[in-house]
Amino acid sequence: MTTPTPATTTHVRPNYMLIWLYLFVMTIAEVLLAFELPVSRNLKLILLLILAIWKALLVALFFMHLKFERWRLRLIFIVPLPLAAILVTAVIMEKVW
Amino acid sequence: MQTSTMTDAMRPPYPAEPGAGVYSNKLGMWVFLASDVMFFTALIGSYIVLRFGMPTQWAQPGAVLNVPLTGLNTFLLICSSVSMVKAYAAIADGKKYFLRKVPGQRLQDGGLKFWLLITIICGAGFVSVQLVEYVKLVGHGFTPSGYREGSLLAEHALADPVKYGAGVAGMYGSTFFTMTGFHGFHVTCGVISMLYLYFTKVLPEKYSPQDYRGIEVIGLYWHFVDLVWIILFTIVYLI
Repeated sequence: MTTPTPATTTHVRPNYMLIWLYLFVMTIAEVLLAFELPVSRNLKLILLLILAIWKALLVALFFMHLKFERWRLRLIFIVPLPLAAILVTAVIMEKVW
Repeated sequence: MQTSTMTDAMRPPYPAEPGAGVYSNKLGMWVFLASDVMFFTALIGSYIVLRFGMPTQWAQPGAVLNVPLTGLNTFLLICSSVSMVKAYAAIADGKKYFLRKVPGQRLQDGGLKFWLLITIICGAGFVSVQLVEYVKLVGHGFTPSGYREGSLLAEHALADPVKYGAGVAGMYGSTFFTMTGFHGFHVTCGVISMLYLYFTKVLPEKYSPQDYRGIEVIGLYWHFVDLVWIILFTIVYLI
Protein backbone atom coordinates (compact mmCIF):
# COMPACT_ATOMS: atom_id res chain seq x y z
CA MET A 1 0.00 0.00 0.00
CA THR A 2 1.34 3.41 -0.87
CA THR A 3 2.08 6.01 1.77
CA PRO A 4 -0.73 8.51 2.32
CA THR A 5 0.07 11.85 0.81
CA PRO A 6 -1.27 15.02 2.43
CA ALA A 7 -3.79 16.91 0.33
CA THR A 8 -2.80 20.29 -0.94
CA THR A 9 -5.97 22.35 -1.50
CA THR A 10 -7.89 23.81 1.42
CA HIS A 11 -11.56 24.61 2.01
CA VAL A 12 -13.39 26.47 4.74
CA ARG A 13 -15.16 24.04 7.09
CA PRO A 14 -18.94 24.59 7.21
CA ASN A 15 -20.47 25.82 10.44
CA TYR A 16 -22.15 22.56 11.46
CA MET A 17 -23.98 24.07 14.42
CA LEU A 18 -25.60 26.66 12.17
CA ILE A 19 -26.82 23.90 9.84
CA TRP A 20 -28.12 22.02 12.89
CA LEU A 21 -30.03 25.19 13.86
CA TYR A 22 -31.53 25.45 10.35
CA LEU A 23 -32.63 21.80 10.52
CA PHE A 24 -34.13 22.29 13.99
CA VAL A 25 -36.06 25.41 12.96
CA MET A 26 -37.31 23.77 9.77
CA THR A 27 -38.51 20.69 11.69
CA ILE A 28 -40.51 22.92 14.03
CA ALA A 29 -41.84 24.84 11.01
CA GLU A 30 -42.95 21.55 9.43
CA VAL A 31 -44.89 20.45 12.51
CA LEU A 32 -46.49 23.89 12.90
CA LEU A 33 -47.39 23.96 9.22
CA ALA A 34 -48.94 20.50 9.38
CA PHE A 35 -51.07 21.11 12.45
CA GLU A 36 -51.39 24.78 13.31
CA LEU A 37 -51.36 27.00 10.23
CA PRO A 38 -54.69 27.48 8.43
CA VAL A 39 -53.57 26.87 4.83
CA SER A 40 -55.16 24.77 2.11
CA ARG A 41 -54.27 21.07 1.91
CA ASN A 42 -52.52 21.35 -1.46
CA LEU A 43 -50.44 24.35 -0.42
CA LYS A 44 -49.57 22.55 2.83
CA LEU A 45 -48.48 19.49 0.83
CA ILE A 46 -46.23 21.53 -1.45
CA LEU A 47 -44.68 23.53 1.42
CA LEU A 48 -44.04 20.40 3.48
CA LEU A 49 -42.34 18.69 0.54
CA ILE A 50 -40.20 21.77 -0.15
CA LEU A 51 -39.13 21.89 3.52
CA ALA A 52 -38.32 18.16 3.53
CA ILE A 53 -36.25 18.39 0.34
CA TRP A 54 -34.48 21.50 1.64
CA LYS A 55 -33.56 19.70 4.88
CA ALA A 56 -32.41 16.62 2.98
CA LEU A 57 -30.26 18.82 0.73
CA LEU A 58 -28.63 20.50 3.74
CA VAL A 59 -27.71 17.08 5.15
CA ALA A 60 -26.39 15.81 1.81
CA LEU A 61 -24.44 18.94 0.91
CA PHE A 62 -22.90 19.83 4.27
CA PHE A 63 -22.95 16.74 6.50
CA MET A 64 -22.19 14.25 3.71
CA HIS A 65 -19.88 16.87 2.17
CA LEU A 66 -21.31 16.49 -1.33
CA LYS A 67 -20.80 20.22 -1.77
CA PHE A 68 -17.06 19.68 -1.52
CA GLU A 69 -16.80 16.47 -3.53
CA ARG A 70 -15.74 15.99 -7.11
CA TRP A 71 -18.48 15.75 -9.73
CA ARG A 72 -17.60 12.15 -10.47
CA LEU A 73 -18.56 11.19 -6.94
CA ARG A 74 -21.62 13.45 -6.84
CA LEU A 75 -22.93 11.67 -9.94
CA ILE A 76 -23.02 8.33 -8.08
CA PHE A 77 -25.57 9.84 -5.71
CA ILE A 78 -27.39 12.00 -8.26
CA VAL A 79 -27.91 9.39 -10.99
CA PRO A 80 -30.38 7.21 -9.00
CA LEU A 81 -32.60 10.24 -8.30
CA PRO A 82 -34.02 10.66 -11.84
CA LEU A 83 -34.28 6.86 -12.01
CA ALA A 84 -36.27 6.98 -8.78
CA ALA A 85 -38.53 9.69 -10.24
CA ILE A 86 -39.06 7.59 -13.40
CA LEU A 87 -39.90 4.53 -11.27
CA VAL A 88 -42.51 6.39 -9.21
CA THR A 89 -43.97 8.16 -12.27
CA ALA A 90 -44.22 4.88 -14.17
CA VAL A 91 -46.07 3.18 -11.32
CA ILE A 92 -48.42 6.17 -10.93
CA MET A 93 -49.14 6.12 -14.69
CA GLU A 94 -49.87 2.41 -14.47
CA LYS A 95 -52.36 3.13 -11.73
CA VAL A 96 -53.93 6.09 -13.57
CA TRP A 97 -54.31 4.26 -16.88
CA MET B 1 -18.49 29.98 8.62
CA GLN B 2 -15.53 29.02 10.74
CA THR B 3 -12.11 30.07 9.68
CA SER B 4 -10.37 26.74 10.21
CA THR B 5 -9.27 24.99 7.07
CA MET B 6 -9.57 21.37 6.14
CA THR B 7 -7.97 18.85 3.86
CA ASP B 8 -8.88 18.51 0.21
CA ALA B 9 -12.66 18.65 0.01
CA MET B 10 -13.28 16.98 3.39
CA ARG B 11 -11.32 13.91 2.39
CA PRO B 12 -8.88 12.10 4.65
CA PRO B 13 -5.37 12.37 3.15
CA TYR B 14 -5.44 8.86 1.81
CA PRO B 15 -4.50 7.62 -1.67
CA ALA B 16 -7.42 7.70 -4.09
CA GLU B 17 -8.39 4.89 -6.40
CA PRO B 18 -7.78 5.75 -10.04
CA GLY B 19 -10.91 6.92 -11.84
CA ALA B 20 -13.25 7.71 -8.97
CA GLY B 21 -10.83 10.01 -7.20
CA VAL B 22 -11.60 8.58 -3.75
CA TYR B 23 -10.37 5.60 -1.77
CA SER B 24 -12.17 2.31 -2.34
CA ASN B 25 -13.97 2.12 1.06
CA LYS B 26 -15.65 5.46 0.43
CA LEU B 27 -16.48 4.62 -3.17
CA GLY B 28 -18.03 1.35 -1.98
CA MET B 29 -20.18 3.18 0.58
CA TRP B 30 -21.38 5.70 -2.03
CA VAL B 31 -22.33 2.89 -4.42
CA PHE B 32 -24.17 1.15 -1.57
CA LEU B 33 -25.99 4.40 -0.72
CA ALA B 34 -26.98 4.82 -4.37
CA SER B 35 -28.51 1.33 -4.28
CA ASP B 36 -30.20 2.17 -0.97
CA VAL B 37 -31.76 5.24 -2.63
CA MET B 38 -33.49 2.87 -5.04
CA PHE B 39 -34.53 0.58 -2.19
CA PHE B 40 -36.22 3.38 -0.28
CA THR B 41 -37.64 4.77 -3.53
CA ALA B 42 -39.42 1.47 -4.07
CA LEU B 43 -40.92 1.68 -0.58
CA ILE B 44 -41.82 5.38 -0.72
CA GLY B 45 -43.04 5.12 -4.32
CA SER B 46 -45.34 2.22 -3.44
CA TYR B 47 -46.65 4.24 -0.49
CA ILE B 48 -47.38 7.26 -2.69
CA VAL B 49 -49.14 5.17 -5.32
CA LEU B 50 -51.19 3.25 -2.74
CA ARG B 51 -52.08 6.30 -0.71
CA PHE B 52 -53.03 8.71 -3.47
CA GLY B 53 -54.51 6.03 -5.71
CA MET B 54 -57.13 5.08 -3.15
CA PRO B 55 -60.64 6.44 -3.56
CA THR B 56 -60.98 6.79 0.24
CA GLN B 57 -58.85 9.02 2.48
CA TRP B 58 -56.13 7.65 4.72
CA ALA B 59 -56.08 8.47 8.44
CA GLN B 60 -55.54 12.17 9.04
CA PRO B 61 -52.10 13.26 10.31
CA GLY B 62 -51.91 12.87 14.06
CA ALA B 63 -55.09 10.78 14.34
CA VAL B 64 -53.25 7.50 14.88
CA LEU B 65 -49.54 8.37 15.09
CA ASN B 66 -47.90 10.29 17.91
CA VAL B 67 -46.45 13.25 15.98
CA PRO B 68 -44.93 15.22 18.94
CA LEU B 69 -43.03 12.12 20.09
CA THR B 70 -41.79 11.40 16.58
CA GLY B 71 -40.92 15.06 16.08
CA LEU B 72 -38.73 14.77 19.16
CA ASN B 73 -37.24 11.58 17.73
CA THR B 74 -36.51 13.38 14.45
CA PHE B 75 -34.70 16.06 16.43
CA LEU B 76 -32.70 13.33 18.18
CA LEU B 77 -31.61 11.88 14.84
CA ILE B 78 -30.66 15.33 13.52
CA CYS B 79 -28.58 15.87 16.69
CA SER B 80 -26.86 12.54 16.09
CA SER B 81 -25.99 13.64 12.55
CA VAL B 82 -24.39 16.81 13.91
CA SER B 83 -22.43 14.90 16.54
CA MET B 84 -21.27 12.48 13.82
CA VAL B 85 -19.92 15.30 11.68
CA LYS B 86 -18.31 16.82 14.79
CA ALA B 87 -16.61 13.45 15.41
CA TYR B 88 -15.34 13.54 11.84
CA ALA B 89 -14.05 17.10 12.22
CA ALA B 90 -12.45 16.23 15.58
CA ILE B 91 -10.34 13.38 14.21
CA ALA B 92 -9.47 15.41 11.10
CA ASP B 93 -8.03 17.97 13.54
CA GLY B 94 -6.22 15.23 15.47
CA LYS B 95 -8.49 15.38 18.55
CA LYS B 96 -8.58 11.75 19.66
CA TYR B 97 -9.45 12.52 23.28
CA PHE B 98 -12.83 12.46 25.07
CA LEU B 99 -13.03 15.94 26.60
CA ARG B 100 -10.30 18.48 27.17
CA LYS B 101 -10.33 21.68 29.19
CA VAL B 102 -9.97 24.87 27.19
CA PRO B 103 -8.11 27.60 29.09
CA GLY B 104 -10.40 30.52 29.92
CA GLN B 105 -13.62 28.72 28.87
CA ARG B 106 -16.21 26.84 30.91
CA LEU B 107 -17.17 24.42 28.15
CA GLN B 108 -14.72 21.62 27.44
CA ASP B 109 -13.54 20.74 23.96
CA GLY B 110 -14.90 17.41 22.69
CA GLY B 111 -12.80 14.96 20.74
CA LEU B 112 -13.58 11.92 18.61
CA LYS B 113 -14.35 9.70 21.62
CA PHE B 114 -16.89 12.19 22.96
CA TRP B 115 -18.73 13.00 19.74
CA LEU B 116 -18.96 9.41 18.53
CA LEU B 117 -20.33 8.32 21.91
CA ILE B 118 -22.97 11.07 21.68
CA THR B 119 -23.88 9.80 18.19
CA ILE B 120 -24.24 6.23 19.45
CA ILE B 121 -26.40 7.36 22.39
CA CYS B 122 -28.66 9.48 20.13
CA GLY B 123 -28.95 6.62 17.61
CA ALA B 124 -29.80 4.09 20.31
CA GLY B 125 -32.26 6.63 21.75
CA PHE B 126 -33.97 6.95 18.37
CA VAL B 127 -34.41 3.18 18.05
CA SER B 128 -35.67 2.95 21.64
CA VAL B 129 -38.28 5.67 21.11
CA GLN B 130 -39.37 3.97 17.89
CA LEU B 131 -39.78 0.68 19.73
CA VAL B 132 -41.83 2.40 22.46
CA GLU B 133 -43.98 3.96 19.72
CA TYR B 134 -44.52 0.54 18.09
CA VAL B 135 -45.49 -1.05 21.41
CA LYS B 136 -47.97 1.76 22.13
CA LEU B 137 -49.44 1.65 18.63
CA VAL B 138 -49.92 -2.11 18.75
CA GLY B 139 -51.36 -1.73 22.26
CA HIS B 140 -53.91 0.76 20.92
CA GLY B 141 -54.78 -1.67 18.13
CA PHE B 142 -52.73 -0.37 15.18
CA THR B 143 -51.04 -3.38 13.60
CA PRO B 144 -49.49 -4.09 10.16
CA SER B 145 -52.85 -5.57 9.14
CA GLY B 146 -54.88 -2.53 10.22
CA TYR B 147 -56.94 -1.81 13.32
CA ARG B 148 -57.29 -4.86 15.55
CA GLU B 149 -60.89 -5.87 16.13
CA GLY B 150 -62.24 -4.71 19.47
CA SER B 151 -59.32 -2.34 20.06
CA LEU B 152 -59.51 1.32 21.03
CA LEU B 153 -58.55 2.45 17.53
CA ALA B 154 -61.11 0.15 15.91
CA GLU B 155 -63.80 1.80 18.05
CA HIS B 156 -62.57 5.26 17.10
CA ALA B 157 -62.52 4.25 13.43
CA LEU B 158 -66.12 3.06 13.68
CA ALA B 159 -67.18 6.37 15.24
CA ASP B 160 -65.22 8.54 12.78
CA PRO B 161 -64.24 6.51 9.68
CA VAL B 162 -62.99 9.55 7.74
CA LYS B 163 -60.58 10.79 10.41
CA TYR B 164 -59.15 7.32 11.04
CA GLY B 165 -59.22 6.14 7.41
CA ALA B 166 -61.21 3.05 8.33
CA GLY B 167 -61.51 1.84 4.73
CA VAL B 168 -57.77 1.57 4.12
CA ALA B 169 -56.46 0.82 7.61
CA GLY B 170 -54.80 -2.43 6.50
CA MET B 171 -52.81 -0.72 3.78
CA TYR B 172 -51.96 2.15 6.12
CA GLY B 173 -50.64 -0.26 8.74
CA SER B 174 -48.60 -2.37 6.35
CA THR B 175 -46.94 0.59 4.59
CA PHE B 176 -46.27 2.40 7.88
CA PHE B 177 -44.61 -0.55 9.60
CA THR B 178 -42.68 -1.58 6.46
CA MET B 179 -41.19 1.86 5.81
CA THR B 180 -40.42 2.83 9.40
CA GLY B 181 -39.34 -0.72 10.20
CA PHE B 182 -36.78 -0.87 7.40
CA HIS B 183 -35.52 2.56 8.40
CA GLY B 184 -35.27 1.44 12.02
CA PHE B 185 -33.32 -1.61 10.85
CA HIS B 186 -30.88 0.72 9.07
CA VAL B 187 -30.47 2.82 12.23
CA THR B 188 -29.89 -0.32 14.32
CA CYS B 189 -27.21 -1.54 11.87
CA GLY B 190 -25.57 1.91 12.08
CA VAL B 191 -25.56 1.88 15.90
CA ILE B 192 -24.06 -1.64 15.99
CA SER B 193 -21.39 -0.65 13.44
CA MET B 194 -20.50 2.48 15.43
CA LEU B 195 -20.30 0.48 18.66
CA TYR B 196 -17.92 -1.94 16.94
CA LEU B 197 -15.75 0.93 15.68
CA TYR B 198 -15.85 2.62 19.06
CA PHE B 199 -14.46 -0.36 20.95
CA THR B 200 -12.07 -1.70 18.31
CA LYS B 201 -10.72 1.49 16.73
CA VAL B 202 -11.72 4.67 18.55
CA LEU B 203 -10.95 3.74 22.17
CA PRO B 204 -7.57 2.13 21.24
CA GLU B 205 -6.86 5.36 19.30
CA LYS B 206 -6.21 3.63 15.98
CA TYR B 207 -7.52 6.59 13.97
CA SER B 208 -5.29 9.53 13.23
CA PRO B 209 -5.49 12.70 11.11
CA GLN B 210 -3.62 10.70 8.46
CA ASP B 211 -6.16 7.86 8.30
CA TYR B 212 -9.73 8.11 9.58
CA ARG B 213 -11.48 6.37 6.72
CA GLY B 214 -13.73 4.31 9.01
CA ILE B 215 -15.18 7.45 10.59
CA GLU B 216 -15.84 9.06 7.22
CA VAL B 217 -17.49 5.94 5.77
CA ILE B 218 -19.75 5.25 8.77
CA GLY B 219 -20.52 8.97 8.83
CA LEU B 220 -21.78 8.86 5.24
CA TYR B 221 -24.05 5.95 6.11
CA TRP B 222 -25.33 7.69 9.23
CA HIS B 223 -26.13 10.97 7.46
CA PHE B 224 -27.94 9.04 4.74
CA VAL B 225 -30.11 7.34 7.37
CA ASP B 226 -30.89 10.81 8.77
CA LEU B 227 -31.69 12.11 5.28
CA VAL B 228 -34.12 9.24 4.61
CA TRP B 229 -35.87 9.85 7.94
CA ILE B 230 -36.33 13.53 7.11
CA ILE B 231 -38.30 12.48 4.01
CA LEU B 232 -40.17 9.67 5.80
CA PHE B 233 -41.19 11.90 8.71
CA THR B 234 -42.79 14.36 6.32
CA ILE B 235 -44.63 11.95 4.08
CA VAL B 236 -45.71 9.42 6.73
CA TYR B 237 -46.40 11.59 9.76
CA LEU B 238 -47.20 15.08 8.50
CA ILE B 239 -48.98 14.68 5.15
